Amino acid sequence: MLEIRNLHAHVDGHEILKGINLTVNAGEVHSIMGPNGSGKSTLAQVLAGRDTYEVTEGEIIYKGQNILELSPDERACEGIFLAFQYPVEIPGVTTSYFLRAAVNAMRKHRGEEALDAMDFLKIIKEKAKLVKLDTKLLSRAINEGFSGGEKKRNEIFQMAVLEPTLAILDETDSGLDIDALKIVAEGVNTLRSKDRATIIVTHYQRLLDYIVPDFVHVLVDGKIAHSGGKELALELEAKGYAWISDDVNNGAAVAS
Amino acid sequence: MSVANMTKSKDTFLTHFEQLENQGSGAAAWLLPTRKAAFARFAEDGFPTTRDEDWRYTNVAPIAGGSFTRGCEVESKVTTKQIEPFLFTDDCMLLVCINGQYMSELSQLGEIPEGLVVCNLSEAAQSHSDIVEAHLARVASTKQAPLAALNTAMMDDGLFVYIKKGVTVTKPIHILFLTDADNGAVSTHPRNLIVAEASSQVSVVETYGTLSGKSHFTNAATEIIALDNAHVFHYRLQCESEDAYHVSTMQIHQHRDSQVHAFGMSLGSALVRNNIATVLDGPGGHCSLGGLYLVDGTQHVDNFLTVDHAKPNCTSREFFKGVLQGEGKGIFRGRIIVRKDAQKTDAVQTNRSLLLSDKAMVESKPQLEILADDVKCTHGATIGQINEDELFYLQTRGINEQAARSLLVFAFASECLSDVRIESLRKHLSKRLLTRLPHGELLGDS
Repeated sequence: MLEIRNLHAHVDGHEILKGINLTVNAGEVHSIMGPNGSGKSTLAQVLAGRDTYEVTEGEIIYKGQNILELSPDERACEGIFLAFQYPVEIPGVTTSYFLRAAVNAMRKHRGEEALDAMDFLKIIKEKAKLVKLDTKLLSRAINEGFSGGEKKRNEIFQMAVLEPTLAILDETDSGLDIDALKIVAEGVNTLRSKDRATIIVTHYQRLLDYIVPDFVHVLVDGKIAHSGGKELALELEAKGYAWISDDVNNGAAVAS
Repeated sequence: MSVANMTKSKDTFLTHFEQLENQGSGAAAWLLPTRKAAFARFAEDGFPTTRDEDWRYTNVAPIAGGSFTRGCEVESKVTTKQIEPFLFTDDCMLLVCINGQYMSELSQLGEIPEGLVVCNLSEAAQSHSDIVEAHLARVASTKQAPLAALNTAMMDDGLFVYIKKGVTVTKPIHILFLTDADNGAVSTHPRNLIVAEASSQVSVVETYGTLSGKSHFTNAATEIIALDNAHVFHYRLQCESEDAYHVSTMQIHQHRDSQVHAFGMSLGSALVRNNIATVLDGPGGHCSLGGLYLVDGTQHVDNFLTVDHAKPNCTSREFFKGVLQGEGKGIFRGRIIVRKDAQKTDAVQTNRSLLLSDKAMVESKPQLEILADDVKCTHGATIGQINEDELFYLQTRGINEQAARSLLVFAFASECLSDVRIESLRKHLSKRLLTRLPHGELLGDS
């Protein structure tokens, strides 16, 4: 489904991603971990099409097509979804209005008819229940005055409504208490299927107790320094990242 | 402006005034001395120039140099169908003026509630001459206000509202001023008077629009008198043609514990100047003055506000927003005066502008004159562009860039509309706003 080949990205002249190689197949859940500043969030944003990052080398092949030239909305319409680390507050636009515009933009892209207000309402009520999101929040401006947990649940809620093929969760678990974490995990697990893939960028192993990944990758200094199965996350939790950094510095062979 | 132009404009309006004098003022003969005095004032001061501090940023030379026909000289046959796009509800008392003249056959007052007088001003000048005489041109000063003076001298018809003590009028009153002059530029001087007695409440909507006509000139004036504890909600939509010139004067006089909420939206005209002033002349009064404008091309909108805190314990809120595209220009000037006795004044002034092009320009100038020592006065101005984080967020949900931009502009602007208490009007204003936004059509029914 997704193949990232030798991806390099700059921001303001600094190279952040220094040659990422990653293959994600349909049905898989990949977790990307790594120390602060290693480029995890940059990778998530570059996948979604953020233009503040300049891709200088490499390719992102998604469903057989290099998507580097596609705008963020075109990528979204192709089924890529980014759950933001810091969801943006947009005063003056209600979540329900915005989400209906989003759903209908995607339906239009697929050549389907727009959903009317009634059908849409039915869907959002059902999905809001899934992430235990108070539907009253939907008639408020996007994320405005939401608590940290509400913002993150709103991201997962939007994901549930938009049903992406490739979901990228950028530190969705950061700052969540255990109850909110379980709700988020449940949302992600419900969406899990053989046709879909998920990339979970996280700082903490805890989320992976609830969403069990097929693969765990460690990003260090803009490169994937180590890859393994779900047990790698536990090892990282116990030993930290230093041993991997040392491996990289010593030029040790890297599993992939 | 050349001297020749100045002479020409004065001549134009002198001719207009002579015509008016010769026609006489009918039953409202008592008004003639007021008109004469105002015209003398205008003739003496002339049109302001950019050398006048109050007019520094707005050059009225195109008006002063224009040649206009008096609106009432122009015949017009407007049908009900033509006015429909300007209406926001059936559930209101509607008055219609075309080219400055009241059209009773287009107006629909319906059943007028007990305790309310609503009619066109020239009728009121006869039927309720005592009230009109007591208030008309008493609040709106002609001193250092040449265009208000010109309006008083030339005043056409308009709205008269009088609400008796303790009466709450639930149905809104809507007055529509349309210009319909196929054959040339006309000038009109709409005039409105609203008198709200103690503890009364009323909502009034003024709409200014163009049906046809070249660069016409509208010089409107509204006086609002809110007596003790009265509540007046005033809304104003200006959506005249892009060649029109629009100057308005709104003068509010507030007594003890009265509340006036005024909101105006300027979408049309080549040049707009809104003079809005209130005097909080009794303790406990509150005024909120809101405004939204949108300019494109070479449009120019100047909002000139004065809030005079004359008595203690009053609050005032000013909230003005502008969206600027093309080479549009927006000016906000807000003067807050706190008199010596006006202790415990609480005044907030906010002006936010969204610049959508490199060539658009904003001037934002607060001016605080505080003579009391125990007051709270704040002002803030922001000038910004579309927030790239917000844009990216919307795009990652599949909304294309143009629609996302339009949505963000709409969100910025429509914040002002949330205080509009009449739902049908809020929807109407929102729709009008959408049609003026770049790619507003992409937003559909919001």
